Amino acid sequence: MIREFTKGLFKENPIFVIALGLCPALAVSTQVVNALGMGAGVIFVLLGSNIFVSLLKNFIPEKVRIPAYIVIIASFVTIVDLVMQAYSPSLSSSLGVFVQLIVVNCVILGRAEAFANQNTLGNSVLDALGMGIGFTLGLVLISLIREVFGAGTITIFAFGSFDGVIEIPGLSESPARVIGLATGALLVMGYLKGLFNWMEAKRAGERGNSASDGAGGSAA
Amino acid sequence: MTYIGIIITFVFINNFILTQFLGLCPFIGVSKNVDSAVGMGFAVTFVMSIASLTTWAIYRWLLVPLNLGFLQTITFILVIAALVQLVEMVIQKISPPLYKALGIYLPLITTNCAVLGIALIAVRSNYNALESFVAGFAAGLGFLLAIMLMSTIREKLDSEWVPRPFRGTPIAFITGGLMALAFMAFDKALLRNLIG
Repeated sequence: MIREFTKGLFKENPIFVIALGLCPALAVSTQVVNALGMGAGVIFVLLGSNIFVSLLKNFIPEKVRIPAYIVIIASFVTIVDLVMQAYSPSLSSSLGVFVQLIVVNCVILGRAEAFANQNTLGNSVLDALGMGIGFTLGLVLISLIREVFGAGTITIFAFGSFDGVIEIPGLSESPARVIGLATGALLVMGYLKGLFNWMEAKRAGERGNSASDGAGGSAA
Repeated sequence: MTYIGIIITFVFINNFILTQFLGLCPFIGVSKNVDSAVGMGFAVTFVMSIASLTTWAIYRWLLVPLNLGFLQTITFILVIAALVQLVEMVIQKISPPLYKALGIYLPLITTNCAVLGIALIAVRSNYNALESFVAGFAAGLGFLLAIMLMSTIREKLDSEWVPRPFRGTPIAFITGGLMALAFMAFDKALLRNLIG
């Protein structure tokens, strides 16, 4: 049972291993705070859609299941969008159109189709939490690299007198701004994916298996 | 903003894939050979042009008068899904060879974030009907341009030696990153110099 939760964190990490939900992952990873906000939104939508799809799996006709899933997902995305606009307008404006684009995030439809419509409520909740947290960890990793090297800062939530921005001495005076731009996002993603493939191949080699081709993982 | 301005903006300056990261999944997934990449590019351009016009009409004439703006996300994705189905049926009827060539890519277009992206961006930018259509068409052309360039590069990469962990998607991302660097040359200043 616990494996339904942990598999999303590393072994089947949605971003690096099964390469789903890449558009928002790269677009909002300019600051750590955006990555956390996006991650929270995705966890909420994933949880809601997995619960509903799992509960309704015996009532949704096979032929119209994808449109039905999309309506469920879009309803939760609307909730996230409106709540974010109401309680965190600055986050909402910096994530922009990408909050609404959670609808077409393949991670969510993928889990509904591949997991929640065949599994029990409990397992679907664990799967949603694991995949959602795995997605968030991936986002935070990319945004941490991009913000530290691209701007020399780490931006998290502001509370009290702390404005949420941690400056890194030595880096914030002359950061490599290109890492924060579109180019940097794609390069960081490419190198991280290469690193994950290398670690995977090394682990497979240690287990004594013949080294698997590192080129696995297709984007969908 | 003139229509030429909108076209240059969406094809080059705000290229959907290389600067906005919209439609990244097919960009990486369907760019392994030129033929399928070009087919996908044309199909997406077609759907984006019609989708941006249709969603504009529904938003202006249905959601705004009825004060149902909050249903935007749900309505748009359903309209796009229905539209993709319709396009699929029409192409099947009038041009079976084209349908055969695009077959497997057509249903994938529903979950392409570029299509929902242009619909939402056109509404946010307060475009009129024709501007929405032109923006959708231009953003589709930008998608076509990027995925076509990418697929030609990847066909050449197939015959090159690449370190094992980087084969497949990682090298595709790095290639995309370098392409994005080249597209940084297109900026607002270029637009000002071109059309004043």
